[in-house]
Amino acid sequence: MKIFVCVKQVPDAKDVRLDPKTNTLAREGVQSIMNPYDRHALEEAVRLKEQHGGTVTVISMGPPQAEATLREAISCGADEMALVSDRAFAGADTWATTYTLSMAIKKLGGADLIICGKQAIDGDTAQVGPGLAERMGMPYLTCVRKVVSVAGQVIRLERMMDDGYDLVEAELPMLFTVVKEINEPRIPSLKGKMKAKKQELVMLSAADIGADPDLLGLKGSPTQVVNVFPPEMRGERCLLEGTADEQVAQLATKLEAIL
Amino acid sequence: MLKIDLDTCIGCGVCEANCAFAAITMEDGQPVVNEKCTLCGSCVDNCEVDAMVIERETKVNQVDLVAWSGVWVFAEYRNGRITPVTMELLGAGRGLADTRGVKLAAVLFGSELGDTAKDLVAHGADTVYVADDPAFAHFTDDAYGNVLTDLIREHQPEIVLAGATAIGRSVIPRVATILGAGLTADCTDLAIRKEDGALLQTRPAFGGNIMATIVCPDTRPQMATVRPLVMTPRAADDTRQGEIITVTPLAMRMQSRVKVIESVIAESEQANITESEIVVAGGRGLDGEKGFQLVKDLADAMGGAVGASRAAVDSGWVGYPHQVGQTGKTVAPKLYVAAGISGAIQHVIGMQSAETIVAINKDPHAPIFDVATYGLVGDVFEILPKLTAKLNERKG
Repeated sequence: MKIFVCVKQVPDAKDVRLDPKTNTLAREGVQSIMNPYDRHALEEAVRLKEQHGGTVTVISMGPPQAEATLREAISCGADEMALVSDRAFAGADTWATTYTLSMAIKKLGGADLIICGKQAIDGDTAQVGPGLAERMGMPYLTCVRKVVSVAGQVIRLERMMDDGYDLVEAELPMLFTVVKEINEPRIPSLKGKMKAKKQELVMLSAADIGADPDLLGLKGSPTQVVNVFPPEMRGERCLLEGTADEQVAQLATKLEAIL
Repeated sequence: MLKIDLDTCIGCGVCEANCAFAAITMEDGQPVVNEKCTLCGSCVDNCEVDAMVIERETKVNQVDLVAWSGVWVFAEYRNGRITPVTMELLGAGRGLADTRGVKLAAVLFGSELGDTAKDLVAHGADTVYVADDPAFAHFTDDAYGNVLTDLIREHQPEIVLAGATAIGRSVIPRVATILGAGLTADCTDLAIRKEDGALLQTRPAFGGNIMATIVCPDTRPQMATVRPLVMTPRAADDTRQGEIITVTPLAMRMQSRVKVIESVIAESEQANITESEIVVAGGRGLDGEKGFQLVKDLADAMGGAVGASRAAVDSGWVGYPHQVGQTGKTVAPKLYVAAGISGAIQHVIGMQSAETIVAINKDPHAPIFDVATYGLVGDVFEILPKLTAKLNERKG
């Protein structure tokens, strides 16, 4: 089974915020990390490989620095890695991103199974998985919490719904996205770390993947960001005063109308 | 491409300071753009001497914008009922359609739909396209996506809205990909731009730390999924008249490569906290399962549901269905009590629409107090039992 895992290098979202006064981004000390959901996607791919054989290739579209994230993925059990990187990709929204990733995966010989994290924590769109599947002509399932079985080409999965879950069946080749509940990602092994140091990185440019330049980056993106601003706060900040007993009594009175 | 006119540039470094992506560095007093640039345009906006410009080339797939008209809502029907977000979308869609002077339509797929279409008219739809077929009994991305794509191609609406639900966030990206349409995920605000009638789609990014407004200048339809419990539904008006159009899709368009074997509805233990009028939530400050019990006790006394911050869920004190926030659920109850929750933006984004917010925290500087209607500074282990006792006493 040839498995591809899409990974993204992201800023650690909890550290990213806009300064409300200057509307600039406070980025001191913001670390670049592997998108947390992608760790679970990678872990599931490695487990499937261990049980059913095959290879796991991690692929990322991003700047050259994303190599670090790919090497980390190798240390956690991936076999091969490819970085799709080109200035022409700048400004890509999910539509252009899925086009780029699909062209790269096709260039690398295609996949039997593609696993993605549910969403990336910087954009939070959850759109790349479904969009990539469509471009690959594959069926897909989002928010998978459990791989129930793999028998030949038939895979059974549980996908989370808002009111429970669905047990579903699909045939390979297919794509699914995972939620964190699916597994507990392993920490890199010593052997993995050694491999990560030596593993050859496959670099792919826009020309390498045979992409139509009109469909890349900003030019190929139907959406455009026109404004970025900090979220508004309610700004009420009414603190009750006194001892615990006094505060509780005041609150109980104020809540009478509601309860 | 981002172009910098170095003759005009005064080397002030404002662009470097404003870049959200660390894509500009000042070298020898001149800005140099690296590959992290996403062409977001914040440097262009902030440049005081207009030395920067983003050149957008004309799109190949540009469509005739005028040919596309009307606002559509994807009506989500599951397990014998219409989801509440559908009515919220109709409320928001009605406003957009009126501003644009166009019709509002709903698209309804399902099996044994009964009078659901009439309900959609009562909540604001002018037209409802209904496909009632056993093939839609279970949700599949193929059947729902194919038929929705076909209808959009045939009728060419300018805007298509869907709920940012498990179903909406799964199928709508497929439809947008096929149509080559722009799609914005999980919007919390929608408006029409006066100058050109474009849909302004605002959504949180970076886990809610930043809000971004997005447009789709060259493609149609403009597609958005919308976060539940943010938009306001209109009261049902049973006298409203609307057109209900039955759609009969080709059988091959309703085939799915994925088979749903079983749909399991979660038990009542996983009570849907999004539907409760009172939510009592606990966080890291409860310090353990035992401490979290105090939150459950207060919820019982108030007749409310139990919520939790991600910290409490990650620690295993309470299950994931109770999680409120960016990676959990969004709630908008009449009363939200946050106990031992510091108020990280990722949590606040999931509960700030509550009518009344009570915060209990020992740290007077905790950000949760910035959104609280009433703040109690003190020890949760002292205050929670006292409040529970006080409420039980008043009840009794």
